[in-house]
Amino acid sequence: MSERLEKGIQALRDKMDARIASYFSSCVHCGLCAEACLFATESQDPIYTPIYKLEPMRKVWSREYSFWGKLGAMIGVTDNVTEEDFANWETLVYDSCTMCGRCSMVCPVGIDITYMIRKEREAFVAAGYTPEGLQAATERAINIGSPMGVTLKTLQATIRSVEKETGLTIPMDVAGADYMALFSSMEIVNFEEYIAGLARIFKAAGVSWTVSSKGFEATNSGIQIGDPEAAKTIVERVVSAAEELGVKSVISPECGHAFMAIRWEGPNLIGRQYPFKVIHILELLSELHENGSLQLEGMTDTPLTYHDPCQISRRGGVIQQPRDLLNSVASNFQEMSDGGDMNWCCGGGGGVSANERADEIRLQAFNIKKKQLAELDGVETIVTACANCRLMLEDGLEHYELSHEVTGLTELIAEHIKQ
Amino acid sequence: MFTDFIDGPFWTFSVSVFAIGVIWRLISIIRLGVPGDLAVPREDGGAGGMRTILSRFMARPAVRKRALLIVVAGYMFHVGLFALLFFAQPHIDFYVDRFGVPAWAGMPRWLFILTAEIAFAGLIMAWLYRVMHPVTRMLSGIGEHTASWLVFFVMLTGCLALLEQYDSLRVLHFFLAELLLIYFPFSSLMHTFTFAFSRNYTGATMGRRGVDA
Ligand code: SF4
Ligand code: SF4
Repeated sequence: MSERLEKGIQALRDKMDARIASYFSSCVHCGLCAEACLFATESQDPIYTPIYKLEPMRKVWSREYSFWGKLGAMIGVTDNVTEEDFANWETLVYDSCTMCGRCSMVCPVGIDITYMIRKEREAFVAAGYTPEGLQAATERAINIGSPMGVTLKTLQATIRSVEKETGLTIPMDVAGADYMALFSSMEIVNFEEYIAGLARIFKAAGVSWTVSSKGFEATNSGIQIGDPEAAKTIVERVVSAAEELGVKSVISPECGHAFMAIRWEGPNLIGRQYPFKVIHILELLSELHENGSLQLEGMTDTPLTYHDPCQISRRGGVIQQPRDLLNSVASNFQEMSDGGDMNWCCGGGGGVSANERADEIRLQAFNIKKKQLAELDGVETIVTACANCRLMLEDGLEHYELSHEVTGLTELIAEHIKQ
Repeated sequence: MFTDFIDGPFWTFSVSVFAIGVIWRLISIIRLGVPGDLAVPREDGGAGGMRTILSRFMARPAVRKRALLIVVAGYMFHVGLFALLFFAQPHIDFYVDRFGVPAWAGMPRWLFILTAEIAFAGLIMAWLYRVMHPVTRMLSGIGEHTASWLVFFVMLTGCLALLEQYDSLRVLHFFLAELLLIYFPFSSLMHTFTFAFSRNYTGATMGRRGVDA
């Protein structure tokens, strides 16, 4: 057995906790999870069945934790995980799973398949079977500070541009501010309108906020690829920046997986609770609107819909807030079928967007969004709250020759600030 | 002689294997432990776990409309089997006799027969789905087929025993049920117990995040 294979198997073994053992003991192989996964439904290929993506992990469980598997291993008839398994499953684990969590919501015995895929990816890292695109993004995140190679200089250039456009000052490194805002690289590079919207809203609502020059990147490729050490390093960067400035809260940007990383996984990665609160921008906007600090005016009658980023809604619990916000500025907001906690993924979460190899299956899976959009009545505008979803939606729409416009919710809210 | 063996020592053996096996399996799961969650929760995990244990008894509309056949077959089989196991008069009489528990009201005979037919039809539908649908065909292994066939024969002989014409049919039904008890802890039939653990783990995690899973 090669060293890398041994490491991979050992990592699978190490991940085996009561949750995973209970999950594998409970699976009745009913196939319902396949009906929830966009890669399975849109390709109609059974290999994309969510639980099947866990076959390497199941093999280890079976050999080491099940009666028949142990017996079979003793007499040499139970298969062990092979290098071939890692090679064959790499695309299933990384290219055709966005860790969107939809399968986990429908399993009749309650298996959280997404949790296991997240853990299984760690074994793929240990065995050295990971997509090049994600490897490179993780290396950039560790060495440069951003998966897209965004440096402090890039941020400063964007900030200058935003300040020029808005006539407002973006407060950098202000000790003792109430809030420290984080961004995703994509917002800094592709969607500076998010930063402009934030500046306008905070000015109007009288929010004390700052941006740290030492920890501004919220995304975490370490989590996406399944490298706990890298993930921890990236979280620690933000935590120490927030601690140094002594802020009360850290604002997760619109980006879905950034919210997952900093809000739900971060404390577990660094092994302690934060001395500050983490709040998603949509939660904060909703709070500011509710308590009257953020006054809005005007209603758009443009028909629009909302695409729930999976990590914000289904896996993150921010479901009602975007709807409340939209309903306060839009008179023709239409829900997609399955909207909310069962929304269909854009196809590019969980590192899939950083993995060019996955483009073909991702765009095939996007067909589900096309179907959802076709059911709406005259909707040409999609509002979302994740820069990655936004790019993936734009890419999918272009691929299917659809003319919908995609916009960010924060920007939309900023357009309705009461003057 | 064979009847005495099936009614006596083999019953004691099979029920012991079942009880010890199930407890051993559950302990071997629990002892692996779960890492704590340091993220500040939005809601109580315990409540979320309980909510998911109960809510997953209902299939979500999103999946119900896509896989109606297997969802209906699943309900027919599980609800029917539950009713048969706990409310069929012969089974109640058996529990009273073997475990000395006080009797409870059973189903009328017509309902008992109807329930048996529904459960049986559900099992056959689920098995046909298993062998015909590309996803379940790919996922299913010898374990699922063994369990399906064992349950099938237990139910078939149970229906035949209902005629009450030959004691040998009752003994055969009982013998097969004992085989099922022995097989149970070593198979995916364990989901009868572990489903609550799985739903609880998932529900608690998601509940802490404020998601009704
Ligand atoms: S839905 Fe759940 S029980 Fe059914 S095959 Fe998928 S993981 Fe297994
Ligand atoms: S998490 Fe989403 S993409 Fe991954 S297997 Fe489940 S449904 Fe499919």
